[in-house]
Amino acid sequence: MIIAVPLKQVPDLVEDLTLDASGTGLDYESLKLKLNEFDDHALEEALLLKESVPGTVVVALAVSGSEAERMLFTALAKGADRAVKLTGVDANADNRLLAQAFAAAIAQTGGELVLAGVQSAGDRDGQLGPLLAARLGAPVVSVVTHVTLSGSAVTFRKEYAGGLMAEFEAQAPVVLGIQAARQAPRYAAVSKVRQVQQTAKLETLSVTAAPAPGGKVVALAPPARGQGAKMLGKATELLAVLKDKGVV
Amino acid sequence: MGDVLVMAEHLDGALTEITFEMLAQGKSLAGQLGGKLTALLVGGTDGMAAQLGAAERVYVVPGDANFHPQAHGAALRAAVQAHSPQLVMIGSTATGMDLAGPLASALNLPLAAYCTALAWENGSLRATAQLFGGKLEAITDLGAGPCVVMAMSGIASAEEGRQAGKPALEPLAAPATDGKVTFKRLIQPEQADVDITAKDVLVAIGRGIGKKEDIEVAQELADKLGAALAASRPIIDAGWLPKSRQVGKSGLKVKPKVYLALGISGAPEHIEGMKGAGTIIAVNSDQHAPIFAVAHYGMVADLFDVCEELMELL
Repeated sequence: MIIAVPLKQVPDLVEDLTLDASGTGLDYESLKLKLNEFDDHALEEALLLKESVPGTVVVALAVSGSEAERMLFTALAKGADRAVKLTGVDANADNRLLAQAFAAAIAQTGGELVLAGVQSAGDRDGQLGPLLAARLGAPVVSVVTHVTLSGSAVTFRKEYAGGLMAEFEAQAPVVLGIQAARQAPRYAAVSKVRQVQQTAKLETLSVTAAPAPGGKVVALAPPARGQGAKMLGKATELLAVLKDKGVV
Repeated sequence: MGDVLVMAEHLDGALTEITFEMLAQGKSLAGQLGGKLTALLVGGTDGMAAQLGAAERVYVVPGDANFHPQAHGAALRAAVQAHSPQLVMIGSTATGMDLAGPLASALNLPLAAYCTALAWENGSLRATAQLFGGKLEAITDLGAGPCVVMAMSGIASAEEGRQAGKPALEPLAAPATDGKVTFKRLIQPEQADVDITAKDVLVAIGRGIGKKEDIEVAQELADKLGAALAASRPIIDAGWLPKSRQVGKSGLKVKPKVYLALGISGAPEHIEGMKGAGTIIAVNSDQHAPIFAVAHYGMVADLFDVCEELMELL
Protein backbone atom coordinates (compact mmCIF):
# COMPACT_ATOMS: atom_id res chain seq x y z
CA MET A 1 0.00 0.00 0.00
CA ILE A 2 1.14 3.54 -0.74
CA ILE A 3 0.84 5.94 2.19
CA ALA A 4 0.92 9.62 1.23
CA VAL A 5 1.92 12.15 3.87
CA PRO A 6 1.38 15.84 3.04
CA LEU A 7 3.82 18.05 4.94
CA LYS A 8 3.02 21.68 5.68
CA GLN A 9 5.25 24.54 6.77
CA VAL A 10 3.78 26.70 9.54
CA PRO A 11 5.02 29.61 11.67
CA ASP A 12 7.01 28.65 14.75
CA LEU A 13 4.67 29.83 17.49
CA VAL A 14 7.52 30.34 19.92
CA GLU A 15 8.51 33.39 17.87
CA ASP A 16 6.63 36.66 17.55
CA LEU A 17 4.19 36.69 14.65
CA THR A 18 4.55 39.77 12.48
CA LEU A 19 1.87 40.99 10.11
CA ASP A 20 2.31 42.00 6.49
CA ALA A 21 1.65 45.49 5.13
CA SER A 22 -2.06 44.79 4.61
CA GLY A 23 -2.42 43.97 8.30
CA THR A 24 -4.65 41.00 7.50
CA GLY A 25 -2.00 38.39 6.78
CA LEU A 26 1.30 37.19 8.21
CA ASP A 27 4.59 38.51 6.95
CA TYR A 28 5.94 35.11 5.94
CA GLU A 29 9.23 36.62 4.77
CA SER A 30 10.16 37.54 8.32
CA LEU A 31 8.72 34.52 10.12
CA LYS A 32 10.57 31.48 11.30
CA LEU A 33 8.80 28.55 9.67
CA LYS A 34 8.89 24.88 10.57
CA LEU A 35 7.18 21.58 9.85
CA ASN A 36 3.69 21.37 11.37
CA GLU A 37 4.23 19.13 14.40
CA PHE A 38 1.12 17.01 13.69
CA ASP A 39 2.50 16.29 10.21
CA ASP A 40 5.63 14.99 11.92
CA HIS A 41 3.40 12.61 13.90
CA ALA A 42 1.61 11.58 10.68
CA LEU A 43 4.97 10.83 9.05
CA GLU A 44 6.09 8.83 12.10
CA GLU A 45 2.91 6.73 12.05
CA ALA A 46 3.43 6.11 8.32
CA LEU A 47 7.04 5.01 8.91
CA LEU A 48 5.97 2.70 11.74
CA LEU A 49 3.41 1.10 9.38
CA LYS A 50 6.08 0.73 6.72
CA GLU A 51 8.30 -1.07 9.22
CA SER A 52 5.57 -3.44 10.32
CA VAL A 53 3.87 -4.20 6.98
CA PRO A 54 6.12 -5.33 4.09
CA GLY A 55 5.29 -3.70 0.76
CA THR A 56 4.26 -0.39 2.33
CA VAL A 57 5.61 2.64 0.51
CA VAL A 58 5.73 6.07 2.16
CA VAL A 59 5.53 9.13 -0.07
CA ALA A 60 6.16 12.51 1.56
CA LEU A 61 4.83 15.58 -0.25
CA ALA A 62 5.42 19.28 0.35
CA VAL A 63 4.57 22.43 -1.54
CA SER A 64 7.65 24.29 -2.70
CA GLY A 65 8.50 26.96 -0.15
CA SER A 66 11.29 27.98 2.18
CA GLU A 67 11.03 24.80 4.28
CA ALA A 68 10.05 22.28 1.59
CA GLU A 69 13.51 20.89 0.89
CA ARG A 70 14.44 20.61 4.54
CA MET A 71 11.14 18.86 5.33
CA LEU A 72 11.41 16.46 2.39
CA PHE A 73 15.08 15.52 2.82
CA THR A 74 14.45 15.00 6.53
CA ALA A 75 11.53 12.70 5.64
CA LEU A 76 13.85 10.69 3.36
CA ALA A 77 16.50 10.55 6.08
CA LYS A 78 13.89 9.17 8.46
CA GLY A 79 12.91 6.43 6.04
CA ALA A 80 10.34 7.76 3.55
CA ASP A 81 10.65 6.05 0.16
CA ARG A 82 9.82 9.02 -2.03
CA ALA A 83 9.80 12.79 -1.55
CA VAL A 84 7.79 14.97 -3.90
CA LYS A 85 8.01 18.73 -4.19
CA LEU A 86 4.91 20.46 -5.56
CA THR A 87 5.34 23.60 -7.61
CA GLY A 88 2.78 26.05 -8.91
CA VAL A 89 1.13 27.09 -5.63
CA ASP A 90 2.14 29.19 -2.63
CA ALA A 91 3.28 27.05 0.31
CA ASN A 92 1.68 29.54 2.71
CA ALA A 93 -1.69 29.55 0.95
CA ASP A 94 -4.94 28.68 2.74
CA ASN A 95 -5.86 25.04 3.16
CA ARG A 96 -8.67 25.11 0.57
CA LEU A 97 -5.99 25.83 -2.02
CA LEU A 98 -3.36 23.49 -0.58
CA ALA A 99 -5.94 20.68 -0.50
CA GLN A 100 -6.37 20.99 -4.28
CA ALA A 101 -2.62 20.96 -4.80
CA PHE A 102 -2.04 17.89 -2.64
CA ALA A 103 -5.04 16.09 -4.18
CA ALA A 104 -3.70 16.72 -7.69
CA ALA A 105 -0.30 15.39 -6.64
CA ILE A 106 -1.61 12.32 -4.82
CA ALA A 107 -3.68 11.45 -7.91
CA GLN A 108 -0.31 11.04 -9.64
CA THR A 109 1.90 9.59 -6.92
CA GLY A 110 -0.75 7.25 -5.56
CA GLY A 111 -1.75 7.12 -1.91
CA GLU A 112 -4.55 4.77 -0.88
CA LEU A 113 -3.95 5.85 2.69
CA VAL A 114 -3.32 9.53 3.35
CA LEU A 115 -2.02 10.43 6.79
CA ALA A 116 -2.28 14.17 7.39
CA GLY A 117 -1.61 16.09 10.59
CA VAL A 118 -4.93 16.61 12.38
CA GLN A 119 -4.59 20.40 12.31
CA SER A 120 -2.07 23.18 11.94
CA ALA A 121 -1.56 26.62 13.39
CA GLY A 122 -3.31 28.67 10.73
CA ASP A 123 -6.29 26.54 9.72
CA ARG A 124 -8.61 29.52 9.29
CA ASP A 125 -10.56 27.93 6.46
CA GLY A 126 -10.70 24.37 7.80
CA GLN A 127 -8.23 21.57 8.41
CA LEU A 128 -6.21 20.17 5.53
CA GLY A 129 -7.14 16.48 5.97
CA PRO A 130 -10.92 16.85 5.57
CA LEU A 131 -10.54 19.33 2.70
CA LEU A 132 -8.08 17.03 0.96
CA ALA A 133 -10.38 14.03 1.46
CA ALA A 134 -13.22 15.92 -0.20
CA ARG A 135 -11.00 16.65 -3.20
CA LEU A 136 -9.93 13.00 -3.40
CA GLY A 137 -13.51 11.78 -3.00
CA ALA A 138 -12.39 9.70 -0.02
CA PRO A 139 -13.84 9.46 3.49
CA VAL A 140 -11.99 11.20 6.31
CA VAL A 141 -11.64 10.54 10.01
CA SER A 142 -9.84 13.07 12.20
CA VAL A 143 -8.12 13.01 15.60
CA VAL A 144 -6.73 9.56 14.93
CA THR A 145 -4.15 7.39 16.71
CA HIS A 146 -3.06 3.73 16.60
CA VAL A 147 -3.31 3.00 12.87
CA THR A 148 -2.84 -0.61 11.75
CA LEU A 149 -2.99 -2.19 8.29
CA SER A 150 -4.24 -5.54 7.10
CA GLY A 151 -4.48 -5.77 3.32
CA SER A 152 -6.61 -2.81 2.23
CA ALA A 153 -8.28 -2.61 5.66
CA VAL A 154 -7.14 0.19 7.93
CA THR A 155 -7.99 0.06 11.63
CA PHE A 156 -7.56 3.05 13.92
CA ARG A 157 -8.85 4.96 16.91
CA LYS A 158 -10.57 8.32 16.91
CA GLU A 159 -10.19 10.36 20.09
CA TYR A 160 -13.11 12.30 21.53
CA ALA A 161 -12.99 14.36 24.71
CA GLY A 162 -12.02 13.15 28.16
CA GLY A 163 -10.21 10.04 26.98
CA LEU A 164 -13.26 8.53 25.23
CA MET A 165 -12.30 6.90 21.93
CA ALA A 166 -13.92 4.98 19.09
CA GLU A 167 -12.39 2.24 17.01
CA PHE A 168 -13.10 2.28 13.28
CA GLU A 169 -12.14 0.16 10.32
CA ALA A 170 -11.95 1.64 6.84
CA GLN A 171 -11.36 0.23 3.39
CA ALA A 172 -8.75 2.32 1.57
CA PRO A 173 -8.75 4.87 0.07
CA VAL A 174 -9.18 6.91 3.22
CA VAL A 175 -7.71 10.08 4.71
CA LEU A 176 -6.85 10.13 8.41
CA GLY A 177 -6.08 13.24 10.44
CA ILE A 178 -3.35 12.07 12.80
CA GLN A 179 -3.34 13.38 16.37
CA ALA A 180 -0.27 11.49 17.58
CA ALA A 181 1.93 8.64 16.44
CA ARG A 182 2.34 5.62 18.71
CA GLN A 183 5.75 6.91 19.63
CA ALA A 184 7.39 10.31 19.59
CA PRO A 185 8.51 11.24 16.05
CA ARG A 186 12.01 9.97 15.36
CA TYR A 187 14.86 12.38 15.04
CA ALA A 188 17.06 12.60 11.96
CA ALA A 189 20.56 13.84 12.68
CA VAL A 190 21.63 16.89 10.69
CA SER A 191 24.59 14.92 9.30
CA LYS A 192 22.22 12.21 8.04
CA VAL A 193 19.95 14.78 6.40
CA ARG A 194 22.97 16.41 4.74
CA GLN A 195 24.12 13.05 3.45
CA VAL A 196 20.68 12.32 1.99
CA GLN A 197 20.64 15.78 0.46
CA GLN A 198 23.81 14.93 -1.44
CA THR A 199 22.74 11.53 -2.67
CA ALA A 200 18.94 11.59 -3.04
CA LYS A 201 16.85 13.55 -5.49
CA LEU A 202 13.47 15.10 -4.86
CA GLU A 203 10.75 14.45 -7.40
CA THR A 204 8.96 17.52 -8.68
CA LEU A 205 5.33 17.81 -9.71
CA SER A 206 3.71 20.88 -11.18
CA VAL A 207 0.18 21.39 -9.88
CA THR A 208 -2.53 24.01 -10.21
CA ALA A 209 -5.18 25.16 -7.79
CA ALA A 210 -8.03 27.64 -8.17
CA PRO A 211 -9.02 30.02 -5.38
CA ALA A 212 -11.80 28.55 -3.24
CA PRO A 213 -14.42 30.51 -1.33
CA GLY A 214 -12.81 31.15 2.02
CA GLY A 215 -14.23 34.51 2.94
CA LYS A 216 -12.13 37.63 3.29
CA VAL A 217 -9.96 38.31 6.32
CA VAL A 218 -10.79 41.84 7.46
CA ALA A 219 -8.74 41.93 10.66
CA LEU A 220 -5.86 40.00 12.21
CA ALA A 221 -4.47 40.96 15.61
CA PRO A 222 -3.53 39.63 19.02
CA PRO A 223 -6.73 38.99 20.99
CA ALA A 224 -7.93 41.67 23.39
CA ARG A 225 -6.60 40.57 26.73
CA GLY A 226 -9.07 42.06 29.15
CA GLN A 227 -7.41 42.66 32.45
CA GLY A 228 -4.80 39.96 31.97
CA ALA A 229 -2.58 38.45 34.60
CA LYS A 230 -1.04 40.31 37.52
CA MET A 231 2.63 39.88 36.72
CA LEU A 232 5.01 38.65 39.37
CA GLY A 233 8.72 39.35 39.36
CA LYS A 234 10.23 36.91 41.80
CA ALA A 235 9.71 33.39 43.12
CA THR A 236 9.07 34.87 46.58
CA GLU A 237 6.04 36.70 45.17
CA LEU A 238 4.82 33.46 43.62
CA LEU A 239 5.26 31.75 46.98
CA ALA A 240 3.22 34.53 48.61
CA VAL A 241 0.36 33.83 46.18
CA LEU A 242 0.55 30.10 46.93
CA LYS A 243 0.41 30.90 50.66
CA ASP A 244 -2.48 33.30 50.16
CA LYS A 245 -4.43 30.61 48.31
CA GLY A 246 -3.72 28.11 51.07
CA VAL A 247 -1.53 25.80 48.99
CA VAL A 248 1.39 26.05 51.43
CA MET B 1 -32.99 31.61 3.26
CA GLY B 2 -32.33 33.15 6.64
CA ASP B 3 -32.32 29.83 8.43
CA VAL B 4 -29.57 28.64 10.73
CA LEU B 5 -28.84 24.92 10.86
CA VAL B 6 -27.05 23.51 13.91
CA MET B 7 -25.47 20.07 13.65
CA ALA B 8 -26.34 18.38 16.95
CA GLU B 9 -23.41 16.45 18.38
CA HIS B 10 -23.79 13.46 20.64
CA LEU B 11 -21.23 11.18 22.22
CA ASP B 12 -21.70 8.07 24.29
CA GLY B 13 -25.47 8.54 24.50
CA ALA B 14 -25.60 12.23 25.39
CA LEU B 15 -25.81 15.53 23.54
CA THR B 16 -22.64 17.55 24.12
CA GLU B 17 -22.29 21.06 25.60
CA ILE B 18 -21.23 22.58 22.29
CA THR B 19 -24.60 21.56 20.81
CA PHE B 20 -26.46 23.75 23.31
CA GLU B 21 -23.96 26.57 22.95
CA MET B 22 -24.53 26.54 19.17
CA LEU B 23 -28.31 26.50 19.67
CA ALA B 24 -28.03 29.62 21.86
CA GLN B 25 -25.80 31.41 19.35
CA GLY B 26 -27.83 30.13 16.40
CA LYS B 27 -31.08 31.34 17.90
CA SER B 28 -29.86 34.90 18.20
CA LEU B 29 -28.42 34.86 14.66
CA ALA B 30 -31.59 33.33 13.20
CA GLY B 31 -33.55 36.06 14.97
CA GLN B 32 -31.45 38.74 13.33
CA LEU B 33 -31.89 37.07 9.94
CA GLY B 34 -35.60 36.60 10.33
CA GLY B 35 -35.15 32.90 9.78
CA LYS B 36 -35.70 29.69 11.67
CA LEU B 37 -33.29 27.85 13.93
CA THR B 38 -33.17 24.22 12.95
CA ALA B 39 -31.15 21.40 14.48
CA LEU B 40 -30.08 18.28 12.64
CA LEU B 41 -29.94 15.11 14.68
CA VAL B 42 -28.46 12.01 13.09
CA GLY B 43 -28.82 8.77 15.02
CA GLY B 44 -28.35 9.06 18.74
CA THR B 45 -30.68 7.74 21.38
CA ASP B 46 -34.33 8.15 22.36
CA GLY B 47 -35.35 11.49 23.77
CA MET B 48 -32.48 13.47 22.28
CA ALA B 49 -34.63 15.39 19.80
CA ALA B 50 -36.84 16.65 22.63
CA GLN B 51 -33.80 18.16 24.35
CA LEU B 52 -33.21 20.42 21.35
CA GLY B 53 -36.07 22.69 22.41
CA ALA B 54 -34.23 25.90 21.60
CA ALA B 55 -34.69 25.02 17.94
CA GLU B 56 -37.98 25.64 16.16
CA ARG B 57 -37.52 22.52 14.13
CA VAL B 58 -35.41 19.37 14.32
CA TYR B 59 -34.56 17.31 11.27
CA VAL B 60 -34.32 13.75 12.51
CA VAL B 61 -32.30 11.30 10.47
CA PRO B 62 -32.31 7.66 11.57
CA GLY B 63 -28.90 6.24 12.35
CA ASP B 64 -26.70 4.47 14.83
CA ALA B 65 -26.31 5.44 18.45
CA ASN B 66 -22.69 6.39 17.79
CA PHE B 67 -21.05 8.97 15.57
CA HIS B 68 -20.25 7.79 12.09
CA PRO B 69 -18.28 10.20 9.88
CA GLN B 70 -19.74 9.05 6.58
CA ALA B 71 -23.35 8.63 7.73
CA HIS B 72 -23.40 11.96 9.55
CA GLY B 73 -21.60 13.68 6.70
CA ALA B 74 -24.02 12.39 4.07
CA ALA B 75 -27.07 13.32 6.17
CA LEU B 76 -25.73 16.82 6.79
CA ARG B 77 -25.01 17.39 3.15
CA ALA B 78 -28.44 16.15 2.07
CA ALA B 79 -30.15 18.40 4.64
CA VAL B 80 -28.17 21.45 3.56
CA GLN B 81 -28.85 20.77 -0.11
CA ALA B 82 -32.56 20.23 0.43
CA HIS B 83 -33.21 23.11 2.81
CA SER B 84 -30.57 25.75 1.92
CA PRO B 85 -29.82 27.29 5.33
CA GLN B 86 -27.99 30.59 5.27
CA LEU B 87 -25.62 29.47 8.01
CA VAL B 88 -24.51 25.98 9.04
CA MET B 89 -23.00 25.65 12.51
CA ILE B 90 -20.80 22.67 13.35
CA GLY B 91 -18.80 22.15 16.55
CA SER B 92 -15.06 22.71 16.44
CA THR B 93 -14.66 19.21 17.84
CA ALA B 94 -13.35 15.79 16.87
CA THR B 95 -16.65 14.95 15.16
CA GLY B 96 -17.16 18.40 13.65
CA MET B 97 -13.78 18.22 11.96
CA ASP B 98 -14.94 15.22 9.92
CA LEU B 99 -18.03 17.09 8.74
CA ALA B 100 -17.25 20.76 8.11
CA GLY B 101 -14.45 20.56 5.54
CA PRO B 102 -16.11 17.93 3.34
CA LEU B 103 -19.46 19.80 3.45
CA ALA B 104 -17.94 23.16 2.55
CA SER B 105 -15.79 21.60 -0.12
CA ALA B 106 -18.57 19.56 -1.72
CA LEU B 107 -21.00 22.50 -1.87
CA ASN B 108 -18.31 25.11 -2.54
CA LEU B 109 -19.26 27.19 0.51
CA PRO B 110 -16.97 29.43 2.56
CA LEU B 111 -15.86 27.88 5.85
CA ALA B 112 -14.45 29.51 8.96
CA ALA B 113 -12.87 27.26 11.59
CA TYR B 114 -12.15 27.86 15.31
CA CYS B 115 -14.90 30.51 15.68
CA THR B 116 -15.21 32.20 19.07
CA ALA B 117 -17.77 34.82 18.00
CA LEU B 118 -20.21 35.39 15.15
CA ALA B 119 -22.06 38.54 14.18
CA TRP B 120 -24.18 39.82 11.32
CA GLU B 121 -22.89 43.16 10.17
CA ASN B 122 -24.21 45.07 7.16
CA GLY B 123 -25.66 41.98 5.58
CA SER B 124 -22.70 39.69 5.97
CA LEU B 125 -21.53 37.24 8.59
CA ARG B 126 -18.34 38.08 10.44
CA ALA B 127 -16.59 35.21 12.15
CA THR B 128 -13.93 35.77 14.79
CA ALA B 129 -11.47 32.89 15.06
CA GLN B 130 -8.57 32.04 17.32
CA LEU B 131 -5.57 31.05 15.25
CA PHE B 132 -1.87 30.34 15.67
CA GLY B 133 -2.22 28.75 19.09
CA GLY B 134 -4.38 31.63 20.32
CA LYS B 135 -1.72 34.23 19.53
CA LEU B 136 -3.80 35.91 16.84
CA GLU B 137 -7.47 36.52 16.28
CA ALA B 138 -8.80 36.76 12.74
CA ILE B 139 -12.08 38.30 11.67
CA THR B 140 -13.32 36.82 8.41
CA ASP B 141 -16.11 38.31 6.33
CA LEU B 142 -18.01 35.29 5.05
CA GLY B 143 -20.46 37.25 2.92
CA ALA B 144 -24.24 36.97 2.98
CA GLY B 145 -24.24 33.18 3.07
CA PRO B 146 -24.74 30.37 2.69
CA CYS B 147 -21.65 29.53 4.72
CA VAL B 148 -20.30 27.06 7.26
CA VAL B 149 -18.71 27.82 10.62
CA MET B 150 -17.01 25.62 13.21
CA ALA B 151 -17.86 26.89 16.69
CA MET B 152 -15.40 26.72 19.56
CA SER B 153 -16.50 25.74 23.02
CA GLY B 154 -17.55 28.90 24.87
CA ILE B 155 -19.14 30.65 21.86
CA ALA B 156 -22.35 31.12 23.86
CA SER B 157 -23.97 29.95 27.07
CA ALA B 158 -24.98 26.28 27.00
CA GLU B 159 -27.61 27.06 29.64
CA GLU B 160 -29.34 29.46 27.26
CA GLY B 161 -29.40 26.78 24.60
CA ARG B 162 -30.82 24.19 26.96
CA GLN B 163 -34.39 25.38 26.63
CA ALA B 164 -37.52 23.41 27.01
CA GLY B 165 -39.68 23.57 23.94
CA LYS B 166 -41.58 21.50 21.49
CA PRO B 167 -39.64 21.71 18.26
CA ALA B 168 -41.37 20.40 15.17
CA LEU B 169 -39.76 17.05 14.38
CA GLU B 170 -39.25 16.51 10.68
CA PRO B 171 -37.98 13.09 9.69
CA LEU B 172 -35.48 12.97 6.84
CA ALA B 173 -34.30 9.81 5.10
CA ALA B 174 -30.79 8.56 5.79
CA PRO B 175 -28.80 8.85 2.56
CA ALA B 176 -26.89 5.75 1.50
CA THR B 177 -23.12 5.73 1.94
CA ASP B 178 -20.55 3.43 0.37
CA GLY B 179 -19.97 1.82 3.76
CA LYS B 180 -16.19 2.06 3.47
CA VAL B 181 -15.86 3.15 7.10
CA THR B 182 -17.17 0.87 9.84
CA PHE B 183 -17.67 1.81 13.47
CA LYS B 184 -16.33 -1.01 15.63
CA ARG B 185 -16.65 0.00 19.28
CA LEU B 186 -16.40 2.76 21.84
CA ILE B 187 -13.40 2.64 24.14
CA GLN B 188 -14.05 4.14 27.56
CA PRO B 189 -11.30 6.21 29.25
CA GLU B 190 -8.59 4.18 30.90
CA GLN B 191 -8.52 3.95 34.67
CA ALA B 192 -6.21 6.63 36.00
CA ASP B 193 -3.65 6.24 38.78
CA VAL B 194 -4.52 9.79 39.83
CA ASP B 195 -7.81 11.59 39.19
CA ILE B 196 -6.66 15.09 38.24
CA THR B 197 -10.28 16.32 38.13
CA ALA B 198 -10.59 15.68 41.88
CA LYS B 199 -7.47 17.56 42.99
CA ASP B 200 -7.47 20.99 44.66
CA VAL B 201 -4.06 21.90 43.33
CA LEU B 202 -2.54 20.98 39.97
CA VAL B 203 0.95 21.61 38.69
CA ALA B 204 0.65 21.41 34.91
CA ILE B 205 3.54 21.18 32.49
CA GLY B 206 3.73 21.96 28.78
CA ARG B 207 6.15 21.98 25.92
CA GLY B 208 8.49 24.25 27.90
CA ILE B 209 9.60 21.31 30.02
CA GLY B 210 11.77 20.31 27.05
CA LYS B 211 12.60 16.71 27.78
CA LYS B 212 11.15 13.73 29.55
CA GLU B 213 13.84 13.49 32.24
CA ASP B 214 13.07 17.02 33.40
CA ILE B 215 9.47 16.17 34.28
CA GLU B 216 10.99 15.04 37.58
CA VAL B 217 11.62 18.69 38.51
CA ALA B 218 7.92 19.52 38.19
CA GLN B 219 6.94 16.29 39.92
CA GLU B 220 9.09 17.19 42.94
CA LEU B 221 7.43 20.60 43.15
CA ALA B 222 3.99 19.01 42.82
CA ASP B 223 4.81 16.56 45.63
CA LYS B 224 6.00 19.39 47.82
CA LEU B 225 2.78 21.34 47.18
CA GLY B 226 0.56 18.31 47.69
CA ALA B 227 -0.53 18.71 44.08
CA ALA B 228 -1.00 16.28 41.23
CA LEU B 229 0.97 16.60 38.03
CA ALA B 230 -1.02 17.35 34.89
CA ALA B 231 0.07 18.28 31.36
CA SER B 232 -0.92 19.83 28.06
CA ARG B 233 -1.28 17.81 24.88
CA PRO B 234 2.29 17.81 23.51
CA ILE B 235 3.52 16.06 26.66
CA ILE B 236 0.90 13.33 26.28
CA ASP B 237 1.44 12.96 22.51
CA ALA B 238 5.16 12.54 23.17
CA GLY B 239 4.27 9.64 25.47
CA TRP B 240 5.88 11.29 28.51
CA LEU B 241 2.78 11.12 30.72
CA PRO B 242 -0.39 9.00 30.46
CA LYS B 243 -3.56 10.32 28.79
CA SER B 244 -5.24 10.48 32.20
CA ARG B 245 -3.04 13.49 33.00
CA GLN B 246 -4.06 15.51 29.94
CA VAL B 247 -5.90 18.79 30.45
CA GLY B 248 -7.75 20.26 27.47
CA LYS B 249 -10.18 19.67 24.66
CA SER B 250 -9.19 16.09 23.94
CA GLY B 251 -8.24 15.48 27.56
CA LEU B 252 -9.98 16.33 30.80
CA LYS B 253 -11.70 19.48 32.01
CA VAL B 254 -10.36 20.45 35.44
CA LYS B 255 -11.45 23.02 38.01
CA PRO B 256 -8.87 22.94 40.80
CA LYS B 257 -8.62 25.75 43.33
CA VAL B 258 -5.11 26.50 42.09
CA TYR B 259 -3.64 25.67 38.67
CA LEU B 260 0.08 26.30 38.29
CA ALA B 261 0.96 26.18 34.59
CA LEU B 262 4.66 25.70 33.84
CA GLY B 263 5.85 26.18 30.27
CA ILE B 264 2.33 26.01 28.82
CA SER B 265 1.75 28.53 26.02
CA GLY B 266 -2.02 28.41 26.35
CA ALA B 267 -3.42 27.19 23.03
CA PRO B 268 -7.23 27.47 22.87
CA GLU B 269 -7.54 23.68 23.16
CA HIS B 270 -5.73 23.78 26.51
CA ILE B 271 -7.57 26.83 27.85
CA GLU B 272 -10.85 25.01 27.20
CA GLY B 273 -9.85 22.44 29.80
CA MET B 274 -8.67 24.69 32.64
CA LYS B 275 -10.31 28.11 32.36
CA GLY B 276 -12.63 27.22 35.23
CA ALA B 277 -9.79 26.91 37.77
CA GLY B 278 -10.11 29.17 40.82
CA THR B 279 -6.66 30.73 40.55
CA ILE B 280 -4.46 30.28 37.51
CA ILE B 281 -0.75 31.00 37.88
CA ALA B 282 1.33 30.83 34.71
CA VAL B 283 5.09 30.69 34.33
CA ASN B 284 6.35 31.03 30.77
CA SER B 285 9.49 32.39 29.15
CA ASP B 286 7.46 33.99 26.31
CA GLN B 287 5.88 37.22 27.51
CA HIS B 288 3.38 37.03 24.63
CA ALA B 289 2.18 33.52 25.53
CA PRO B 290 -1.65 33.45 25.35
CA ILE B 291 -1.77 31.75 28.77
CA PHE B 292 -1.16 35.16 30.37
CA ALA B 293 -4.52 36.34 29.02
CA VAL B 294 -6.42 33.83 31.16
CA ALA B 295 -4.03 33.57 34.12
CA HIS B 296 -4.69 35.53 37.29
CA TYR B 297 -0.99 35.68 38.07
CA GLY B 298 1.85 35.45 35.59
CA MET B 299 5.59 35.29 35.65
CA VAL B 300 7.87 35.64 32.64
CA ALA B 301 10.71 33.33 33.61
CA ASP B 302 12.43 30.04 32.97
CA LEU B 303 10.29 27.39 34.61
CA PHE B 304 13.32 25.49 35.93
CA ASP B 305 14.64 28.59 37.70
CA VAL B 306 11.24 29.11 39.28
CA CYS B 307 10.93 25.46 40.35
CA GLU B 308 14.40 25.53 41.87
CA GLU B 309 13.81 28.78 43.76
CA LEU B 310 10.44 27.60 45.04
CA MET B 311 11.92 24.31 46.25
CA GLU B 312 14.55 26.24 48.17
CA LEU B 313 11.93 28.52 49.69
CA LEU B 314 9.56 25.72 50.67
